[in-house]
Parts: sequence; C-alpha cells; structure tokens
Amino acid sequence: MTAALSTKDLSVRFGAFRAVDGVNLNVRPGARHALIGPNGAGKTTLVHALTGSLSPTEGSIAIFGEDITRLSEKDRVRRGLARTFQINQLFRGLSVLDNVVLAIMERDRKTLAFWRSAAADKRAHDEAREHLAFVNLTPHADRAVRDLPYGSQRLLEIAIALATKPRILILDEPAAGVPSSESQAIFERIHALPQDLTLLFIEHDMSLVFRFSDRISVLVAGQVMVEGTPAEISSDDRVKEIYLGRRTGHAA
Amino acid sequence: MSTSSATQGGFYSRIGIQGVTLVLFAGSIASYFLFPEHLALLTQLFVLMVFALSYDLLQGHGGIVSLGHAAFFGLGAYAAAILARTGYNDPLLGLVFAAIVSALVALVLTPIIVRGNDFTRLLVTLGVASLVYEAANRMRWLTGGADGLPDFEIAPLLGLYRFDFEGRTAFIYSFAVFALTYMFLWRVVTSPFGLALRGIRENARRMPAIGSPVRRHLAVAYTLSGGVAGIAGAVLAQTSRFASLDMLGFDRSAEIMMVATLGGSGHMVGVSVGAAAFGWLKDVLSTVSPKYWQLGLGIVLMLSVFVARGGIGSLLDRLRFRRSA
Repeated sequence: MTAALSTKDLSVRFGAFRAVDGVNLNVRPGARHALIGPNGAGKTTLVHALTGSLSPTEGSIAIFGEDITRLSEKDRVRRGLARTFQINQLFRGLSVLDNVVLAIMERDRKTLAFWRSAAADKRAHDEAREHLAFVNLTPHADRAVRDLPYGSQRLLEIAIALATKPRILILDEPAAGVPSSESQAIFERIHALPQDLTLLFIEHDMSLVFRFSDRISVLVAGQVMVEGTPAEISSDDRVKEIYLGRRTGHAA
Repeated sequence: MSTSSATQGGFYSRIGIQGVTLVLFAGSIASYFLFPEHLALLTQLFVLMVFALSYDLLQGHGGIVSLGHAAFFGLGAYAAAILARTGYNDPLLGLVFAAIVSALVALVLTPIIVRGNDFTRLLVTLGVASLVYEAANRMRWLTGGADGLPDFEIAPLLGLYRFDFEGRTAFIYSFAVFALTYMFLWRVVTSPFGLALRGIRENARRMPAIGSPVRRHLAVAYTLSGGVAGIAGAVLAQTSRFASLDMLGFDRSAEIMMVATLGGSGHMVGVSVGAAAFGWLKDVLSTVSPKYWQLGLGIVLMLSVFVARGGIGSLLDRLRFRRSA
C-alpha cells in the first residue's frame, strides 16, 4: 500500500550538524503515528522539513506517492498536508471565528476577491462554526484570540489546521504547555478525528503516546532508532535506556 | 453581516461603520458651508485623506511598512498633469489614467518590495522612491524637472462644471473622490482579501501553513494601494494645476506614515480624521509661525502618543463604547 507520508534518506544539516540524518519514514493512511525522542533529537526540524518551512539538504518526501520535496509550504498545504505548531501561531488580533474562516477561504481560493463581503459568505462561516464546535470552542467564537485561555488557543491551532481539509495532519506537541488535566481533553479531540485522516504527532507524555498512537518512531540524534507498535516500543531495551530511563532528566 | 467581525476594534460592526462614517461624511460636507473661505485648504485635506487611506491599506491592514509611498502619489500627479498637457484634459480621464499608471508601477515593483522583512522593506521602498524622484528630476522634457509642470488646463467636470476660482468645483470633486475611494477601500478591507491581509499582519508565518499565497496578496495590496495613492496625487495636480517634485519626495512619504499612525493604523475613520487634523494643523501652524511651524507640529505629534495611544481611531472607539454602555 502507498504510504500517506514517506521520506527517503531525508537529511537536514546546519553546517556540520546533522539535525535530521537519513530518516526513512513511512506513515500509512489513517495511522496515528507518534514521533518521540529526547529533546534535541530533531523532531521539530523533521516536521519543518516535512511541511516545507525548511528545505532538506538531502533525500525526498512524498505524500500518497507524489514527490513533494520541491514544493513550497503553501503548495503542500494545498495538496493536503497541514500542521499545527508547538508554539501557537494564531492570528491573535482576529476573532476566533475569523481565524478559521480565513483558513477556509484560503483553501477555497476565495481570498483573491477584494470586491465581495467576507461576512456575507455564510457557507464559510457555517463550516468554521462546525470546526469550532468540534474542538468545543463555540462559546468563544466571537472573542479575540488574544483574550482566549491558553488551552483553548491550543485547540484553535487544531481547528485552523482542520479547516484546510488535510489528508495528513502533523501535530507538533499539540498539548505543549497545558496542564495534564487539559492535555487529556486535547487528545480526546485528536482521538475523535476522522479515521481516514492520517496523523503524525510529536508528544513527550509517554502515557498519552501509548494510549493514542498505533505506531511509534523513536528519533535519536536525527536518526530513527527504532519503529514499531506501542507494545514493541515499550518493551524495547534501547528505548527504555535512551528515552524512558532518562525521564528524570527531562525538562518537562 | 454576521458577528464575526465584531472583535476587530469594534469598527467593522455594522452599526459602527454606518454611525461614525456617516458623521465623517456629514462633517466633510458641512465644512463646505462652515468654511467657504477655505475651500482650497479643504480640497487639500481630502487629497491627504485619500493618500492616507491608501497607505493605511498597507500599514494598517497588511502590517507592511513603506517609506516610499509618495512615489505613487507623485506618479499619479505627473500622470494627470502630463495627460492634461497633451490635450486630454478631462478630469475623470486623468484620474483613471493616473490610477492605472501608479497601480502598474506598484505591481511591477512588488517582486522587490515583498521580499525580506520590515527593515529591509523600509530601505527598499526608500530606495525605490529616491530613484523615482531622481528620474523625475532628470527627465526635464517630460516632467519639467525642478520647475515642475505648470500651465495646463483641466476641462469642466463631467463637461458641465468649470473648476472655478473660488474652488467650489474642486471641493466637490475632491470630496466625491474621497467618498468613493473610502467606500471602495472599506469594501476591500471587509472582503475575503481584506481578511487575508489582516492575517498577514497578525501572523505572516502562519499564512503559508494555511495554504495562503502571501506574495500574491502583497502584490494585490501594493497594486491597489499604489493606484489609490495615484488618484490622490492626480486630484492634487488637477485642482492646483501643478505637479512638482515635492509630490514625490521623502517628506511626503514620511508625513503619510505619521498621519496614518496619528489616525490609528487600520482604522479608516481614525486615519481620515487624523489626515484632516494633520493637514489643518500644518496650515494653522505655518500661518501662525512660518518659521517655527514644524516645531509646533513635532510637539503635537509627540503629545499624541501620550494622549491618544492607538491614534484618533482608538479615541473614537472609546467614545462610542462609552455612549453605548
């Protein structure tokens, strides 16, 4: 079966430093694929390379068999590869609803129109409200994003990405910075996403990883050290040693 | 109109736009009767308001700074003057011609302007404006160089209304241009494109991650903004029957940045009022003290930062909310 997202010998080098070093990744369609690894392992750099905000030094990236290595970030989004950010990247001065409406209008190529009323586009607004309802933000729709509690902003990150109608969604630490009580709620929402949507997510909390993923890749020093099911990973000695064993030293 | 835009400074809510804008328009018309001796000044104020609104589309709505916006204003002025001198002196024809020339030049320049960040953009726009200035200075056969372009006639407006000595036609003409460009730009900023422009202002980094063609948006913004600035310049040239190098100059570029900030970036009523206030103040101060008027202007500008942070627009918003609360 064609992988939803795959890389071949993907490398990102900064000078002599190999942040990502020959990664071969295969994410099958509909997967809940977790990317774990100690701090500085290159997880976020890998995500940047996958989404196109960084150009890889070597190797290639494909989604559903189509090579996208040379495509811009924008064009990858248009082919169905969306992401959320570890640090919120929201439109803070706009309303919560407009954040999602904007993503919908960009997806539908409506934003070139400067002669039409945005507010009159009922379809876009109705759809935006559906996305907000999915992440339980309906009561906040008309608030400015900057006035929103942090946990809700994390959910809006997801709603904006969903509004691009992705086939593959990459979540970079979707629960970063929220208390564990709320990170549960965020992962419940992620779990509720349609089964045919392919998910690749970075997460530090191992209990969340084992609960919500069906496949795990462990990245260490820019390389995939081991890949397997949650059961395989949890019983892997090297993972225990390198990752779980050093949990006490972990900043989080 | 849905409530989705209610949070954008309160300004775009339906009642807000109609209320404050109507006051602005009514005040503009009333000035004709209140200050019949000063129609020439009022005409210049409308020109400044249109120019300020054109710049605010970039800075206020798109968050893109420019230190060379007078280039488009001056291009429009010269385009209208040069066209009138060839004999095609219908004012509306000149207006359209100026808008097209300025918009096209803006479009051609976008590839170099949209690159980089705010700081590089300041340098690039400054550099481009200097080049345009120097070109106009050198091309004496076309622009009259440092002497400017006098000696052209403008045909009656709509073939009916002569541009009279008292400046009545000029007032009505410039007010009409202001009102129409205001409504046009209001549509632009409340359109899907306007939403994308505010998206760029709020978070340019997220935009490509939602599939947004950012450079294309910036190109459209520059083209529209340049075209409207050209219209402002054309009205000034037509009503004063003169085009000169200072219309292209750095002073005017810097001034419009001040005006937009004083008025309140992204707030169309605030920017309009700010432009009128600035132009009026400049006139009053230069009458009081031809020597030290810039000192007075500087003091007022500095005070405005303390008194009206966020510009006149945010003052207006506060007044309105207090009343409705």
